[in-house]
Amino acid sequence: MSNAFGPPSGPGSYDAGTGQSTAVYAASNATAAGRTVGGGSAPGGGAGDISTQRVGGLWSDAWHDLRRRPLFVIAGVVIVVILVVAAFPGLFTSKDPTAGNLEFSNEGPSGGAWFGYDLQGYDVYARTIYGARYSIIVGSLATLSTTLFGMAYGVLSAYYGGWLDGLLSRIGDVFLGIPFVLGAIVILTTFNTSNSTVVIVTLVVLSLAVLGWPVPARIMRSSIIQAKGADYVAAARSMGASTPRIIFKHLLPNALAPSLVYATISLGAFIGAEATLSYLGIGLRSPVVSWGVMISDSQRYLRVAPHSLLFPALFLVVTVLAFVMMGDAVREALDPKLR
Amino acid sequence: MGRYVLRRLLQMIPVFLGTTFLIYYLVNAVPGDPLAGKCGERPCPPAFIAKYRAEYNLDDNVFVQYVKYLGNLLHGDFGQTLSGRPITDIITTAYPTTLKLATVAIAIEILVGITAGVLTGLGRGGFIDNLVLVSTLLLIALPVFVVGFLLQFFVNIKLGIGSPTVSSGAPISELLIPGFVLASASLAYATRITRTSTVGNKGADYVRTATAKGLPRRRVVGIHLLRNSLIPVVTFIGTDFGGLMGGAIVTEGIFNINGIGREVYRAIVTKEVVTVVGLVVVLVLVYLLANLVVDVLYAALDPRIRYE
Repeated sequence: MSNAFGPPSGPGSYDAGTGQSTAVYAASNATAAGRTVGGGSAPGGGAGDISTQRVGGLWSDAWHDLRRRPLFVIAGVVIVVILVVAAFPGLFTSKDPTAGNLEFSNEGPSGGAWFGYDLQGYDVYARTIYGARYSIIVGSLATLSTTLFGMAYGVLSAYYGGWLDGLLSRIGDVFLGIPFVLGAIVILTTFNTSNSTVVIVTLVVLSLAVLGWPVPARIMRSSIIQAKGADYVAAARSMGASTPRIIFKHLLPNALAPSLVYATISLGAFIGAEATLSYLGIGLRSPVVSWGVMISDSQRYLRVAPHSLLFPALFLVVTVLAFVMMGDAVREALDPKLR
Repeated sequence: MGRYVLRRLLQMIPVFLGTTFLIYYLVNAVPGDPLAGKCGERPCPPAFIAKYRAEYNLDDNVFVQYVKYLGNLLHGDFGQTLSGRPITDIITTAYPTTLKLATVAIAIEILVGITAGVLTGLGRGGFIDNLVLVSTLLLIALPVFVVGFLLQFFVNIKLGIGSPTVSSGAPISELLIPGFVLASASLAYATRITRTSTVGNKGADYVRTATAKGLPRRRVVGIHLLRNSLIPVVTFIGTDFGGLMGGAIVTEGIFNINGIGREVYRAIVTKEVVTVVGLVVVLVLVYLLANLVVDVLYAALDPRIRYE
């Protein structure tokens, strides 16, 4: 289900599951690949001097492309900075994010506190810095679990086909049919009774994963179906390659690109979804410091102290944007049609 | 075609049962006692508890409860809330509002998304293209509730345009900003899909032929190019409709709209299993049917696609 928040089921999720659309896509990909080969996309090689042409694979070509893309470089720098902030928040601020001073309640930005203070007199800058950690943890764990599970599920479904594929696809449909926010509310209100931070973080990751895995599974399924019919697979099989070998050595490397792109984009989306859950009051909550918790705490005082909402929201948006931009740049670099 | 639709409808049944049972089971597991506070400042008398539990099938296990519920559903009986209000009543008051909101959102998606997508697709690499590309990235990156707060704060409160909350009748004019908020992320996707498919089709032979025949550009773009480029967008927007209906909880909360999202949220908190499931049943049906309609439309738009 395509929700405006939560695990993005954007482009790629509208595979009707009928096989027809997949077939069309496969055909267009094949022609595109043919064009690239015919055109010769080797930079630095002389046009007539074929023997010195660097014949790179899809990945090295993409990497070559990416390094020259400003969007990718900017996104990469932002992501590295955010990761450093998340790992070592103490390097960026000496203040304690949980030490409030009511004297400064809702005070605006000043030289002493760049982002001002919130209702409790917490330093907004310190909290924003410390908030990066949980957003990144939740985003990465959710992405890791949905991608790994979804990929395994998709491979299984596509490789064996038949009734197993039908069954697995219908199970995926069941989970896709649950509206994301609704499912998360139900899961989190059911199990979220503990106050321990680890439990809450695990539950939030779990609810994102439970509702998010069908999309990567579908993406993997359709790329494996495309790759399965290729000659090199038939060749490998006729030479007696075992099933694991065909899957891991032949199919996966050729079918990985769309899933990886989706994973990058969904990392950003999961960070946003974590914030949405906190906003609804069912995700992370105090004393955990995260951007979502900060936005949720300050929403009622938006008119009095807009700074205590705007700064964490800004960091949230920049981080999500960086991951989405990264995924977008990688997608364009990997798509032969756009070369 | 008829057989295809029939097969799809049959496939829907297990998906529908699975989804509704999952929701039924989970909401049932939400901790809480529906009888808490029912009798004021004292515990309820045992006779009342027994009658109440029997009336709402609370003593059966969850599977039996679900089957009984399904049986009633087949008669068109959605049951009633724990305070005795029929759920069809809630459905008829809340659904039209959410439906209106989702329709406004879809209209914005179509108007803005397709226009921007075609314009950028035609002028690929130019200034407008890059501007639109960056703004779509921004819309994708902004969580819905942040977009909602920002627009409510700057447009409704600072500039004084429109009203920050929607009144009970939910007139279309008040739903424009919430509709945009709801559509924001999908709007960005619709723009990008339109752009990609326009770019892909721009160099196609039939476009060159149409231009060579001397057709005016308006006709080449408006008829030949657009019709072929719209297929993936239609798919996306159609599938999105169900998603928007179910995803309106946040938007409805921000703008105080009395729609389905708020009712569901309230019902989960008060552990009214039957209410939650009743509302979700309709949502899931809309979602499944929208998907089917899209697949059928797909064949109608593109004669190369045939369903056996």
